[in-house]
Amino acid sequence: MAAGQASPPPLDVNRAPEGGDVGAIQSGWRLALREFVRNRLAVVGVGLLVFFVVFSFFGPLFYHGNILQANLIDAHDPPGAGHPLGTDVNGFDILGQLMKGGQDALEIGFFAAFVAITIGSLVGSVAGLIGGIVDTVLMRITDVFLSIPFLFVVLILAVKYGASVLSLSLVIGAFSWQFPARLVRGEVLTIRERDFVLAARTAGANNWRLIRKHLLPNALGVMVVNVTFQVADAILAVAYVGFLGFGLHYPNTDWGDLLSDGAGYLTDGYWWMIWPVLTCIVLTVMALNFIGDALRDSLDVRLRRR
Amino acid sequence: MTAYLLRRLGTSIIVLIGISIFIFLLLHAIYPSPARAVLGLRANNAQVAAWNKQYGFARPVIEQYLSYMNGLLHGNLGYSYAENQTVASLFQERVARSAYLSGMGLVIAIIVALPLGILQAVRRNSLGDNVATSLAFILYSMPSFALGLILIQVFALSFPLLSFEASQSTSLLTVVGDWRAMLLPILTLALIQVASFSRYMRSASIDVLAQDYIRVARAKGLPERLVLTRHMVRNASLPMITLVGLSLPNLLAGNLVTEYLFNYQGLGLLFFDSLGKEDYPVLLAYTLVGAVFVVVGNLVADIALTMADPRIRLA
Repeated sequence: MAAGQASPPPLDVNRAPEGGDVGAIQSGWRLALREFVRNRLAVVGVGLLVFFVVFSFFGPLFYHGNILQANLIDAHDPPGAGHPLGTDVNGFDILGQLMKGGQDALEIGFFAAFVAITIGSLVGSVAGLIGGIVDTVLMRITDVFLSIPFLFVVLILAVKYGASVLSLSLVIGAFSWQFPARLVRGEVLTIRERDFVLAARTAGANNWRLIRKHLLPNALGVMVVNVTFQVADAILAVAYVGFLGFGLHYPNTDWGDLLSDGAGYLTDGYWWMIWPVLTCIVLTVMALNFIGDALRDSLDVRLRRR
Repeated sequence: MTAYLLRRLGTSIIVLIGISIFIFLLLHAIYPSPARAVLGLRANNAQVAAWNKQYGFARPVIEQYLSYMNGLLHGNLGYSYAENQTVASLFQERVARSAYLSGMGLVIAIIVALPLGILQAVRRNSLGDNVATSLAFILYSMPSFALGLILIQVFALSFPLLSFEASQSTSLLTVVGDWRAMLLPILTLALIQVASFSRYMRSASIDVLAQDYIRVARAKGLPERLVLTRHMVRNASLPMITLVGLSLPNLLAGNLVTEYLFNYQGLGLLFFDSLGKEDYPVLLAYTLVGAVFVVVGNLVADIALTMADPRIRLA
């Protein structure tokens, strides 16, 4: 995106410098950051995301809930002393399980997004830069992957090969690179016509160097925005797979699995097995969506408030 | 226009062939031959090899793909040894029920989202707009099973107005008549779509409202009501056609989860049951049917958009 190398840097015309105080010339990324923190929803999103990262990864250091030893005497305890959020059918501590589930959800989310964006940006930049028949073939393959219902394939592979943090990340990532591929291709198609690419070519840069040093860094804006949505989608996908009962196995756990356990007791009034974990899923995904929307607004120069 | 439609059709056919190759390779990789299912667990390797040879599962992959493709073109989606039934007949029993659930969900989503998004754009930044936007944000971040659970808790348990289980009847007419049982599943499917549709409609309508032709219509003294109905609604509704096409994969996923949650005997629940039985012919056939549905749906959406939008039609 142009925000990465706006030259000359856009000046803030609405705010006339007062008393000869001339504002420093800021880079595109600095401007984008300023725009981002002005967005209230973005701040809420970052706050929520930070909370869930701290909760999931640092929470277990301070709070040792029993999530490993089945204890049927303490099964289905309501929230109370010793178990702030109660226990489940095995006597596992819900709060501890929420932390563990959060770890797995976030790990899979970020790793799957990384896989997707890597494949996607490679496919997109190669297709956009080389063009011609390569472009056509790659884009038709992208169309094929866009048409295949992603959740079905993830479920089939989870049943066949078992679900672990690594396998779910790889499978989810391997089937969600289509959107970044299209986005990056679109960016590359405009960037490759610019003078600095011609200059680099004249200086003898080969295609690979062009992609690495010139095209991808300039497409970073759209990629960053897309990564946020990718993480959200991957976390949702894990929740779907877990809710249907094909998610992670003991001692790992995922939020979808916890929720489906709890849903079985909906009529028994074991609310602590349902609503806390549901809130975790929705808030995490919402936080990432907020961040993604705000990033898009702040990185897209056309939308930026002037 | 004809050239565009032909090109669009050609692309769709190529994508369909790509899908069939992908599904075949996946099936070949995880379920190379049904020999074990047919011969039983005690068959030895020689017997399996003989069976494979006799029924053509030992041929080169290309040949197997061509006969798979030939079968598909003749409506043969494979055979489920777990159910002892052809996959096509399994689908036939259930397709009407799933079509009813998903179709109603989609129609209600459009009927709600279209006016909602337009109204939000016209009254933007009002209290109502902010409330609707916030609700859409929450629903948008919610997996459909979470929304389904909330609806069940509120409308079936806290206030027992509706049933928490979908209609179990095999007759579509009874299912349609049993609206108490079907309302929650349909709403679950519809509300998730409303969230994304209305957000999109809102921003599309805001874009249209900023166009010059709207200003012209107002400048020549047209009443605001006519500006909106004649000029704005028709233009703002166009992208909705594309959006419906693009939402089809989500509709299929939502259908799977909703049918599981409400125990509704449709294709989604069949897929779920087949996951437990590792019945790969059914699983991959449904994935294939879903992908074909998505491609055809998008093609129809593009053709419909071409018909509806003179800017494309006459280009």
